[in-house]
Order: sequence, then C-alpha cells, then structure tokens
Amino acid sequence: MKTVAADPKGVDSGPHFMDGDHALAEGALAAGCRFFAGYPITPSTEAAERFAERAPEVGALFIQMEDELASIAALIGAAWAGQKCMTVTCGPGFSLMTENLGLACMTETPMVIANVQRGGPSTGLPTLTAQQDMMQARYGPHGDNMIIALCPDSPQECFDLTIEAFNLSEFYRVPVIILTDETVGHMHEKVVIPPADQIKVVPRNNYSGPKEDCRPYKFDSQGGHPMVRAGDGYNFHITGLTHNEKGYPVMTAGQNKIVVTHLMEKINGNADQIIRLDEDQIDGADVVVVSYGITSRIAVKAIQDARKEGIKVGSLRLITIWPFCEKRIREISAKVKAIVVPEINYGQMVLEVERNAGGRCKVISVNHCGGAVHDPQVILDAIRKAML
Amino acid sequence: MSTDIEKFKAGSPMADTLRMDRMPHIWCPGCGIGSEVNSFAEAVKRSGIDPKKLVVVSGIGCTGRVAGYVNFDSMHTTHGRAIPVATGIKLANPELTVVVFSGEGDLAGIGGNHLIHAARRNMDLVVICNNNFTYGMTGGQVTPTTPGSAIASTTPYGNYEYPFSLPFLMDAAGATYIARWTSMHSRNVTQSIEEALLRKGFSFIEVISPCPTLYLRRNRLGDGVDQLQNYQDNSILKHGADTRETNIDFQGKIVVGKFVEKNKPTYLEAVDKCCVKLVGDDYQLYGKTIPEREAEEKAEKEKIAARRAAMQAEAEAQAEADAEPPKAGTKAAAKKAAVPKAAKKASAKKAAAPAKKASAKPVKKVAAKAPAKKAAPKAAVKAKAVAKAAPKKTRK
Repeated sequence: MKTVAADPKGVDSGPHFMDGDHALAEGALAAGCRFFAGYPITPSTEAAERFAERAPEVGALFIQMEDELASIAALIGAAWAGQKCMTVTCGPGFSLMTENLGLACMTETPMVIANVQRGGPSTGLPTLTAQQDMMQARYGPHGDNMIIALCPDSPQECFDLTIEAFNLSEFYRVPVIILTDETVGHMHEKVVIPPADQIKVVPRNNYSGPKEDCRPYKFDSQGGHPMVRAGDGYNFHITGLTHNEKGYPVMTAGQNKIVVTHLMEKINGNADQIIRLDEDQIDGADVVVVSYGITSRIAVKAIQDARKEGIKVGSLRLITIWPFCEKRIREISAKVKAIVVPEINYGQMVLEVERNAGGRCKVISVNHCGGAVHDPQVILDAIRKAML
Repeated sequence: MSTDIEKFKAGSPMADTLRMDRMPHIWCPGCGIGSEVNSFAEAVKRSGIDPKKLVVVSGIGCTGRVAGYVNFDSMHTTHGRAIPVATGIKLANPELTVVVFSGEGDLAGIGGNHLIHAARRNMDLVVICNNNFTYGMTGGQVTPTTPGSAIASTTPYGNYEYPFSLPFLMDAAGATYIARWTSMHSRNVTQSIEEALLRKGFSFIEVISPCPTLYLRRNRLGDGVDQLQNYQDNSILKHGADTRETNIDFQGKIVVGKFVEKNKPTYLEAVDKCCVKLVGDDYQLYGKTIPEREAEEKAEKEKIAARRAAMQAEAEAQAEADAEPPKAGTKAAAKKAAVPKAAKKASAKKAAAPAKKASAKPVKKVAAKAPAKKAAPKAAVKAKAVAKAAPKKTRK
C-alpha cells in the first residue's frame, strides 16, 4: 500500500483527553476524510457531533441525513465523486445501513462505518454496552460479500484504527467497519494524536489513463485498483446488478461467480496482509484467552490473576475481526488445552473459534448478554475450569 | 435483426449521449420512458452544460434502468436511494450537475422520505420522475400515485388508496422548481429539463407516462398511442397552477405546466453562509475558498453561454440553408430531393427548436420566406407547425 503523510489540516496533533467517539472523528479527519453523512443514534452520536464541529475549519462537509439508509447512500455518492467518507451508527442504524452496505460491497466503494455497539435486539439497551453486532457486520447484507472489520479497545485505538480503516478501505476498495462499543465510545482517556508527517495515509487512487481502457473494476481477487471519479470525463457506469469490469449489467450465473469470487477473495485471499493481532505469552501456554474490544481489557485482570495462580495463560486480542484469523486459531488449537472466549453477546465469535479449532482443544464460551462488561472473576473461573 | 440494430446505432442522432453499446434497451413498445430519455438527451445538448460534469443517478425499476443507457457518468443504485446517492455526489463535488432519473414507485414510494428531505434542503439536484402509475419491473403493482379505482396486480378489485399528487407534495416540501407534463409533451419535457439543468436548487419534473404492458392492459385502456390521445384530450395547460388542484383521477384531467419556479439559497449556499461567518473569508470547502469556487462557476457559466450562442448561430444558419431553394438540375438539388422525409423532418425540428426558444424571429423569417420559394417551403412550414403544435395541444 502506497502511503503519504496526512494532510496537516485535519490533524489536531498533541495529547488530548477525549472519548472513543470523538477519537473516531479525529481519526477520520486525520486520515483525509472530508465527507461525513450521519444520523443521530446513541451511543455513536458524539462522533457525528465532533465531525460537525470540526468540519468548517478543516474544509470538510458534514450533513445530517434523514435516516441511516440515506447516510450510507450519500457516502456511496461522495466516494464516487472523489471524497474519502465516513458515517457512524450503532445496531438499529446499522440494520438500515446493511441495504447499501451491500451496494457498497458490490460496487467496491471505499468508506468507513463505525458501529458503536449497544445492547439489542431491536431498540434494546440504547445507553448500555454490547458486542452483539459482530456477525451482523459480516453477514448483514444479503448475498455473499466480504468486508473488513476492526475492533478498538480504547479511545487511542479508535483514533489509530480509524486511520487504518481508511487505508484498508482505499486499498481494497471495500467498506471497512469499526466495531467498537458503548463503553469504549463513551470512555474518556488520553489520546495522543501524532504530528501529521508521522501519520501514513493511503491517498485516493483515481484512474487517469485513456478513456477506452477505463474500467471501474478488475476481477482479479486483488486490491490496489483505482477508482473512477465522477466528472473526470470517463462516463463510467456502476450498478448493484451483477456486472462486468466495465460496470455494465451481465446477469448470468457465470458472471455472478466471477464477481462474487472476486469480492470474497480480494479480502480472504489477502487475509494475512490485512489481519492484525495482539498476542501475549501464547508460546507454551495451556490456555489462551481470545478476546476483542473492551472485553480484552477486562480479560487482562483475569489473565493476571490466573498467572499468579501458576496457570500458563496466553492472550490473543483480535484487532482485526473480519477477515477472521482462521490460520492462527488452527495453530493455537493444536498446542493448547483450551481456548476461552469472553464476549458481550450470547456467543458469536466463539463460533468462529470453535470452527477453526476443529475439536483440537476445548473451546469455552464466556458469554454475557449486553448491558455491562464482564466481571473478571467469571473469566478467571473459566480459565480455571479449562485446566481441569 | 442485428443489422437493423447496427443501422439504428450508427444513425441515431443521440449516439453521443446514449450508450449505444447497451442497445437495444429493455423498455416495451409504447412505453413513455424512451421518449423521456430522448427529451433528456436533447435537453442536455441544448443546455450547453459540459456533459463531462453531468452525473445521472437512478434507483430501481424500469425507469431505474435509465442510468445504464445514458452516456454520462451514471449510477444505478438501490431501490429508492437514488436521491441520497445523488446528494452525496453533489456535496462531494459541487461542480457536478446531478440528475436523478427514476420512477414514482422508487422516488415517492420506497424513497419518499429522501424525496421530501432533498426538496426541503433545496439540494441542488434535478429530479425527473417518470410517473406511470405502476411498478412495471415487478409486474404492475399499485403505486403511491395510482389513481383511485385503477386495477393493479395488487389491487385486483380496484385501487382504494388515496394517491399522492407529486407536484403538491413537492410544493409542500419546498421544491423550488416544479413542472408536470405527460410523455406526449416531449418538447415541453425537454424545455423543463433544460431549464432545470441551468438553474440552482431542487427541481422536480414529473412526466405522466403510459405503461402499455401492465397499467393500460389491465385497465383495458388500449395501447401507448391510445393513452397519448387521452393525454392530448385531457391535459390542461396551467402554468403556475395551484398545486392543491393537481390531483389526477382515473383517466381524468391532467393539469400540466410549470407550477413553481422560485429562488432560495441551496443547501450548499446555506452551508457556505454559515461557515464563512464562523471561519471568516479563509473558509474553504475541499481546499477551495468561496471566491475561488465562485470564479470557477462564473467561468463555467460563460462557457455554457458560449456553447449556447454557438448552437443558436448554427441553428439559424441551418434554418437559412433549409429555406434556400435548391438550384434545378444540379447534383446537390437531386441529393436534397432524395433526402428521406423523416430526415427532413428531423432537421427542420432541430432548426426550429432552439430558434423558437431564443426568440420568435428566426421562425417567422423562415415562414415569411417560405411562400416565395418553391422547393424548401415544405420543410419550413413543417418547422413552423412543429414549433406551434406543442403549446397548442396543451391549450385544451
């Protein structure tokens, strides 16, 4: 991925005391995002408010759309008109966005969507935390498609991962979802924004070759292909229908196979380049705790307590949720007695862990429905149980 | 068959504005969408705007396929979401002219919320709504505008819902340009689209159009031509009409005309006003200050004016040339005489259309010359007839 230094106009360098939602907006501005369309929804609204407040001085545009359907639709338009763009929401809004998330996947439109998760289903727990939308992020839109999802565990990571999300989104031309949660979103911590020249961003790559060779797509299961920008004279066409590389509809089973394979494999086939994990003492461990987001910070306490008891515990924190770290789970499952998976839902990512562990070790789900983070004692108990 | 298509592709006067590599299109014989697209393509040409800076966005449905056939930057989006996608395009690059071309089910049904909010914001978009009272692509279901008692596949015993009058809805929502025509009024449709392309703010153009395959057949209303006759018999031209009185009953009167044209700041102008107050004259959007953007806009307007002047000059020259009698016995005269009737008609139309818009003079000139000359008058008289016919038909 070719990167350049960030445009200093969007970078508010220095130490800050801010919440995760604000850090999302700052990360977007630092990454070069100049278009934000959103709709208010707790607990994500602060990110939209921050962007709206900062937009005039940065030269960006904020619009509050009439709903989430329109918010993400506006991002698709803005992206093809040449802007890096973002929206934030949470479960109920994300449900509405899944419609055009599918169109964004199909038209390979770069954009970043932050889902500051709250308890569900339906209106659920508007002001309380959850990690219940992990599978929705992956399987929300109908049809086969693949996205990238990242999971920050702190306001600092909300900032850092938003920049990474934009970079991945630009390179792979895919919507990237930041799956944070109410706790991280509303938690105030120190966030250090580096100087602009230390922030590496992937700039928008617009096609500039001859008109006759212009293709909005290239179905080769790879990233790095340029966008075509509206107004540049290429008369491009894009559609949500199954299409050829020219963007024209070709509605056949054969073409569908070509398109879907490309959409899936440009992410899955490059999973090794995309996936980021945070590992601690996995070599020689008997038990590994696989966690993500705010739950990984609760798990730290349980892991420390278990180590004090002499249990060899490793930690695997998923920074990249999708594509899932299948290979690493397969490796770990061959070496440990058990994998413990705490998460604030009825058991979602544990299914992926079980699938990839393939019976080689015990997989213990420490699930916990929405509304609060875990009591570390519950995770510690699970680690002890894993050793029996 | 394929050779016919090739001939059509090569000879179409719209070859540069339509994607000939996607022809033939999917629309049924007698459907109004084709003539609307023709009007649109003609309006784009006549407007003088830079086609490179034009983006066409459609939703889903028969009319939703328009984006796929016009040779501009074009996006075929999801059902009902053409307007927010267009909003994103316009706001991300204000230099672009953005047109939404979709059907009433898409725009006023599933996308109704976006329609009223774009109008409320005075978003700088041109919305062309093909209103055929039916969801054509899915087989003829009832729509938010289907007139009372009409049969649809989902109202097999007659419609019992109250339909929207779209001009009234748009007026209430704050649209700053509202016109309604039928697909019979193709010249007026062209005229309205041209006006909308050249103005700022939210423009809504409704075109009532026949769906012979579903709506007309189910309601035993004949074919497309029969319905055009109905439009001719029942259209009432009323510019500036009170939009509260624009309801359409089943096969009833259709009030057509330009109902609303007013100016108020667009969404982006309002953003600029607010931000410049806050940030000062340094305020930039996407790296450009307001004076910079205004200068670009002015330069673009001048280019448009120059293109329009050139087109008018060309049309006048053409009108003059058409009025000249061919010299007997020359090769040129023989050639001219051999020009097929349709081609002659087309060229006369072409000459008459812009001339009529600019002023009545060139047409009069042609008409005055006509009786004195013997060979050309046919074309010239036709030009006059075409120029006059359209407004006359609406004055029922």
